[in-house]
Amino acid sequence: MNPFSSGTRLRDMIRAIRACKTAAEERAVVRKECASIRAAVSDNDNDYRHRNLAKLMFIHMLGYPTHFGQMECLKLIAAPGFPEKRIGYLGLMLLLDERQEVLMLVTNSLKQDLNHTNQYIVGLALCALGNICSAEMARDLAPEVERLLQFRDPNIRKKAALCSIRIIKKVPDLAENFVNPVVSLLKEKHHGVLLTGIQLCTDLCNHSEEALEYFRKKCMEGLVKVLKDVVNSPYAPEYDISGIADPFLHIRLLRLLRVLGHGDADASDSMSDILAQVATKTESNKNAGNAILYECVETIMSIEDVSGLRVLAINILGRFLSNRDNNIRYVALNMLMKAVSVDDQAVQRHRTTILECVKDSDASIRKRALELVYLLVNESNVKALTKELIDYLQVSDQDFKGDLTAKICTIVEKLSPDKIWYIDQMLKVLSEAGNHVKDEVWHALIVVITNASNLHGYTVRSLYKAIQKSADQEILVRVAIWCIGEYGDMLVNNIGMLNLEDPITVTENDAVDVVEIAIKRHTSDLTTRAMCLIALLKLSSRFPSCSQRIKDIVTQSKGSLLLELQQRSIEIDSIIVKHQNIRSALVERMPVLDEATFSGRKAGSILSAAVSASLSSTNGAATSTAAPLVDLLDLGADESAAAAPTSGANFLQDLLDVGTSSYSSQSGTSQAQKSGNDVLLDLLSIGSPPPQNTSSAPDILSLTEDNKTLVSPLDGLSLATGPSVQASSTAMIDLLDGFGPSPPPTKDNGPAYPPIVAFESSSLRLMFNFSKQPGSPQATQMEANFTNKSSDVYTNFIFQAAVPKFLQLHLEPASSNTLPGNGNGSITQKLRVTNSQHGKKSIVMRIRISYKLNNEDVLEEGQISNFPRDL
Amino acid sequence: MGIRFVLMVNKQGQTRLAQYYEYLTLEERRTLEGEIVRKCLARNEQQCSFVEHRTYKIVYRRYASLFFLVGVDNEENELAILEFIHLLVETMDRHFGNVCELDIMFHLEKAHFMLEEMVMNGCVVETSKANILAPIQLMDKTS
Repeated sequence: MNPFSSGTRLRDMIRAIRACKTAAEERAVVRKECASIRAAVSDNDNDYRHRNLAKLMFIHMLGYPTHFGQMECLKLIAAPGFPEKRIGYLGLMLLLDERQEVLMLVTNSLKQDLNHTNQYIVGLALCALGNICSAEMARDLAPEVERLLQFRDPNIRKKAALCSIRIIKKVPDLAENFVNPVVSLLKEKHHGVLLTGIQLCTDLCNHSEEALEYFRKKCMEGLVKVLKDVVNSPYAPEYDISGIADPFLHIRLLRLLRVLGHGDADASDSMSDILAQVATKTESNKNAGNAILYECVETIMSIEDVSGLRVLAINILGRFLSNRDNNIRYVALNMLMKAVSVDDQAVQRHRTTILECVKDSDASIRKRALELVYLLVNESNVKALTKELIDYLQVSDQDFKGDLTAKICTIVEKLSPDKIWYIDQMLKVLSEAGNHVKDEVWHALIVVITNASNLHGYTVRSLYKAIQKSADQEILVRVAIWCIGEYGDMLVNNIGMLNLEDPITVTENDAVDVVEIAIKRHTSDLTTRAMCLIALLKLSSRFPSCSQRIKDIVTQSKGSLLLELQQRSIEIDSIIVKHQNIRSALVERMPVLDEATFSGRKAGSILSAAVSASLSSTNGAATSTAAPLVDLLDLGADESAAAAPTSGANFLQDLLDVGTSSYSSQSGTSQAQKSGNDVLLDLLSIGSPPPQNTSSAPDILSLTEDNKTLVSPLDGLSLATGPSVQASSTAMIDLLDGFGPSPPPTKDNGPAYPPIVAFESSSLRLMFNFSKQPGSPQATQMEANFTNKSSDVYTNFIFQAAVPKFLQLHLEPASSNTLPGNGNGSITQKLRVTNSQHGKKSIVMRIRISYKLNNEDVLEEGQISNFPRDL
Repeated sequence: MGIRFVLMVNKQGQTRLAQYYEYLTLEERRTLEGEIVRKCLARNEQQCSFVEHRTYKIVYRRYASLFFLVGVDNEENELAILEFIHLLVETMDRHFGNVCELDIMFHLEKAHFMLEEMVMNGCVVETSKANILAPIQLMDKTS
């Protein structure tokens, strides 16, 4: 006989599974069992059905799929005997869940069982219903459950009460039916029924306002009396747990009182006595007692303030905090976090204990304590607390360092009383845990540094000292390199000394040494090396004597395999060698970064367009990321959502000469060129002056800033067509030598495409002309032509466009923004679209045109899908 | 609400009893159990019994070779849950007499029945051992 036939008893199967040594064996055994069970199921075998189901449940617990057993459950439930029903319902609850349709079939059996004479079967049915019913089942069977709420047997009543909770959750409309029966439930003597009645009451209160009011009026005294009885009750062996009679009931009652008393002064008054009694009388040397005290404290905190109770509560928490049991301390810390919002002073008293907890060996307690400290910090204690935290930073574990660093940085940023302290603390943090510091933080640090002009000398000297000691912290190196580049002359000549500094002698060569070490170290990443190169450029202008040495260092990077470094080093090299006359102008001191602007950007505000105008002019062209028109962007919306916060980062990147691929892959190369080019372009005022920010149609999906002053040689440096570096440098050198725009190379048109009428309304017509360059089939140059069909003049004409993700769009400034009427003139605007799915998908575009007509704003929107197919 | 799940796991990480009060697919359950068990087993005696995992808290306690893990909402009173775990163990002890891991394994359905009497839909229903064990003893007598 097959040893795994359905005759196997549960325990034999378990033994067999336990005897397996490997997972594969176990799977084999389980598979055999499942096969035999399946055979038994299809045979409709009556005798062993409940045994099979028990086996199935075990197998399910191990994690194997068991859906073939679901019908078995149903058959078992329909069987007359109690053991079969028991197993059937158990199987039902374990193997099925409310989303299965099979559940509907059970509804009828459940209904019959709910009306059964045997109360245990009724109990079973209620249990199953309470655990697993779906909304339809709830609706069907709710009347039965209501009736059972008044059944003679208390066990049934309690189960019916819990079942009602689930029904209410599934079908909120039925809640009103249950409000009345609950009142009688709350007067019960039987603890089980009382417990569930209270639970039901709490749920009803959470569910609706009227129920809450009703219960407040009717049941307050009753509940307080019940609690008093329970607290004062004599020893009851049934419900006694370590000397306290039924702590679960205590806790439930307290929770209900919390819900009732929250926000209501009268209710809070009536319960204040009993709360005080519980708080003082309960013994706290056992866990049960502590549990009750915890709940009591939580209740006191949530109800309206009654004199003295709050003080009592915080004292209890203080006692908890000094308890040696970790569980209690954890719970106390948790509570204190909520208490801080209520009563800050009292919690401050326990500050030292909390600080001790930050250094505890238990990870949960550390985390909680750190959060609590963060909530406690304010202007008066920030210096002491920060000092403690930074000291601890040196000895903390790696995984905790990340959290700790983030918190310290936020505290320092928000509450620093003066700049010098801020810079000091940040330097310490960077030296200790620089690698955990986030990008926004060190950007913010640099903003602050530029703003504190009297501290420049001090800062750069401190950084110099710091980097000698802990040169392995990447972020520290970056900040130091940037400052040394900027303020190198202050470093060498000891300018701007503060009283508390000792003089140090740093020669020019020393400064260059530091940068050289940073660039050569193999652990430095791309951003750091790129920053080093720019710093070297600045130093070569500030320390002319070291030019040759700097040139040598830069030359070594010319052959780097990373495009960014190669390009920068070549550009810098050519500046040093050929263009000394403009070099000093190039690398003048950075303009002071406006802190308000920066924090506004950091908050991800998209309204930065207006703010960008306030930037100093040397960076004029940089930042018309002008409102990337998120609302227009239902195509590719997440691109722009990513664009908005990174636009803040982008802005700062430009100024920090850090525009590398670390920020977003798309903008990688273009940003790089931009940061190199921006400074040049602006100072050289090449080509047309930087356009007025507001009127030009902004770029949308592609994160490149639209270089409006792009002259065609630089056109070739754009995203999609990856130029060779040599080509870009020659283009730039031509630019520099020429000092003027070279004539755009004639674009010979590739295959000709007929112009299309893209958009036409009663007042406006838009036509597109196309041209392609022969070498790049994916890029299309388009010229948009707007004509006015009405007789009025349109002013403030703005055209905006959005494209799906597989396309990239470049818009150039329009020829004008006034459109005279009757087709007397037209506005033209050039666009360039790059189709990464060229050949597979055609171009689609959504447009929005806004203009002013007789001083009223008009908005027109449309979608263009009639682009030629192979564009 | 309240209690999300109750697990009993031995020191090697094998699940001996699993009762869920919210719906999770089989895959999710396995990953969940794996993660939690690893976290709890790695902690030593001195550390506190509450672990935070995703959106809820795990309260656990070790009895001999078996870990009892209860997953609860964030608002629940953790000390009360510890009491509940102890109550569960005492109830099983009264029924089986010196309960051990093998008892639970071989009488899985009885353990489930007991748990069912005590917790319904995530809330604690009954805390008196006599009341919990009465139906089970009745069933044993008739079968």
